[in-house]
Amino acid sequence: MDLFGVPIQALLGQLMLGIVNGSFYAVLSLGLAIIFGVLKIVNFAHGAFFMLGAFVAFMAGSYLGIDYWAALLIAPLVVAGIGMLFEYLFLRRVYGLDPIYGLLLTFSLVLVLEGGFRVAFGSSGQAYATPEALRGAINLGFMILPEYRAFVVAASVTVCLATWYVIERTRLGAYLRAATERSELTGAFGINVPLLVTLTYGAGVGLAAFAGVLAAPIFHVNPSMGSTLVIIVFAVVVIGGLGSIFGAVVTGLGLGIVEGFTRVFYSEFSSTIVFLVMVLVLLVRPAGLFGRTEG
Amino acid sequence: MQTRKTLITTVLAAAGVGLGGMSGAAASTGFSDDVVRIGVLTDMSGIYTDLSGEAAVEAVRMAVEDFGGELNGTPIEVIYADHRNDPSVGASRAREWYESDGVDMINDLSNSGVAQAVAGVAKEQQRHAIVNSSSTLAITNEHCSPYATHYTYDAHSLAHGTGKSIVEEGGETWFFLTVDFAFGHGLEEAVSEVVRNAGGQVVGAARHPLDTTDFSSYALQAQASQAEIIGIASTGADAINAINSLAEFGVTPDQQPAALLLWFDDVDSLGLEAAQGLLLTNAFYWDADEDTRAFSERFYERTGRMPNMAHAGNYSSTMHYLNSVQAAGTDDPDAVSEKMRSMEINDFFADGGYIRPNGRMVHDQYMWEVKAPGESEYDYDYMELVSTIPGEEAFQPLEESTCYLLDD
Repeated sequence: MDLFGVPIQALLGQLMLGIVNGSFYAVLSLGLAIIFGVLKIVNFAHGAFFMLGAFVAFMAGSYLGIDYWAALLIAPLVVAGIGMLFEYLFLRRVYGLDPIYGLLLTFSLVLVLEGGFRVAFGSSGQAYATPEALRGAINLGFMILPEYRAFVVAASVTVCLATWYVIERTRLGAYLRAATERSELTGAFGINVPLLVTLTYGAGVGLAAFAGVLAAPIFHVNPSMGSTLVIIVFAVVVIGGLGSIFGAVVTGLGLGIVEGFTRVFYSEFSSTIVFLVMVLVLLVRPAGLFGRTEG
Repeated sequence: MQTRKTLITTVLAAAGVGLGGMSGAAASTGFSDDVVRIGVLTDMSGIYTDLSGEAAVEAVRMAVEDFGGELNGTPIEVIYADHRNDPSVGASRAREWYESDGVDMINDLSNSGVAQAVAGVAKEQQRHAIVNSSSTLAITNEHCSPYATHYTYDAHSLAHGTGKSIVEEGGETWFFLTVDFAFGHGLEEAVSEVVRNAGGQVVGAARHPLDTTDFSSYALQAQASQAEIIGIASTGADAINAINSLAEFGVTPDQQPAALLLWFDDVDSLGLEAAQGLLLTNAFYWDADEDTRAFSERFYERTGRMPNMAHAGNYSSTMHYLNSVQAAGTDDPDAVSEKMRSMEINDFFADGGYIRPNGRMVHDQYMWEVKAPGESEYDYDYMELVSTIPGEEAFQPLEESTCYLLDD
């Protein structure tokens, strides 16, 4: 059976892949949205922290013999630590300034990190083995789905839900939301807002690193692995509505699927479609699909 | 007032550059500006850094040092720049080098788009450009000139190495995963021609942008095509990711991936476990014989890595250029070009190599098979020789070249 001249099987296959890719976008844009929501900083270094997560997993594996499952926990923590240090030493100095300073500062971190890793590990990258337990593949009838990719979707959805729960349903989340809305007033209630901000940045880049570890066995671990992804993730966040957590997750998955379909019908256009969607959405809803207009 | 002032300054500056250029051209006997300057234009920060990059600069420096560092008392200088895989960046840097920095020859030129653009500038400026790390046939066809030399390999030699041997082994139907710029298109076209001439069939192609990380969707398309051979018309990290994705989605063993341009560095990065059995058409392998080993060990000491074919080509071509300048007794581009295209090249890289009138350096190409992990006995022992493709067969026959220099 065909749909627009393309076999249904192929379409289902691409739909599945779209969901897999979309879950990467979702985790990455979630972190970006949280950081923007609280810090009002466009974290250009998000892709670099994603790459850092993958490299920390790789280095932990090859130098210390730490396996994938432990790395999935350790790498995000290590990267979150590095992120918090960066926030404490540098980023907090630009909060009151024009947003362009934050953008430049985080972008410079990208150049330093990518350049450093390129010198140390080369541009072709390093192989990271898929964990033993997930080496197989599931035959879905319309496609062969590697077990590991199915795991990526499950892990991403779990992390997104957990993050949402923490922010919307716990006391810590309530503080965080309060600090976002009225940071001075929150401080007046005796809550340490600067600490909260540092922790938020740590959590955001920790999510990026988590996605990086998930990506390590799929993509070759290389210094530029984050830079191609991060541009799309920015578009996702803009389309979803800056600072909207729900919007980031849903848009991430949705755009993954749109991109997957584009690859079937007109592959050359697949790297552009996301931006076309962005333009269209901004024309109709300047605040993004799930964003609120100020005031 | 300010704008007017700026405008005047700009016009004066432009005039100054023009005059400077003229005086440079007038002094074309002997050595211009008392130095022979070689520029290495390469990828220092992008996807092709491992294939060319800093090691390419080092290879050129090695050649200059081995030559003695000077030409009849005139010093030889090596400078380098990053083209950022952008043809317009490459072209404007090349123009600046030729016009105002007194660069006599530009070497390396990874990325086919950049190489084409710079070959165009070289022709216009009448200065030398030697292409070592990209494959586009345009260098010896529509962009040919007395000043552009294509040295190490090209799309034709790749197609007539790996491509041809797979067709001969019975791979009849092909699907291509092609990187979407000059290099990928040229390689796909050259291999398609070989496939069709052998009675095979090309059933389709998917184009992906340069530096793609996720190949899963392309892997599914390749699977759906049911072609016997999946031709990978990309290189470096792209080819590595494509090979991994094809394996992950179970495309093999019914379908066979064929990487059309693999480098020594790609094999190193993939690891023998994943790369074993793959075929490479490479003009050079460090462990081929005594001479290649001697060069490679020296190179390794300086750079910490084994040279690939482009690094070896960078060294060999720089040496050939310097020998030609010495034989000509001047760095006048036309006199040097004549020497370059008449003197034979005999070194660790080429045996009886020569440069055709269209700029193509003709030398033997070799097909290698990647060893299984168990067969590798020492560090970097990765490959085994399958066959030697004589230069005359490997490169485009001269009568097929559209180079204008061949018209009369």
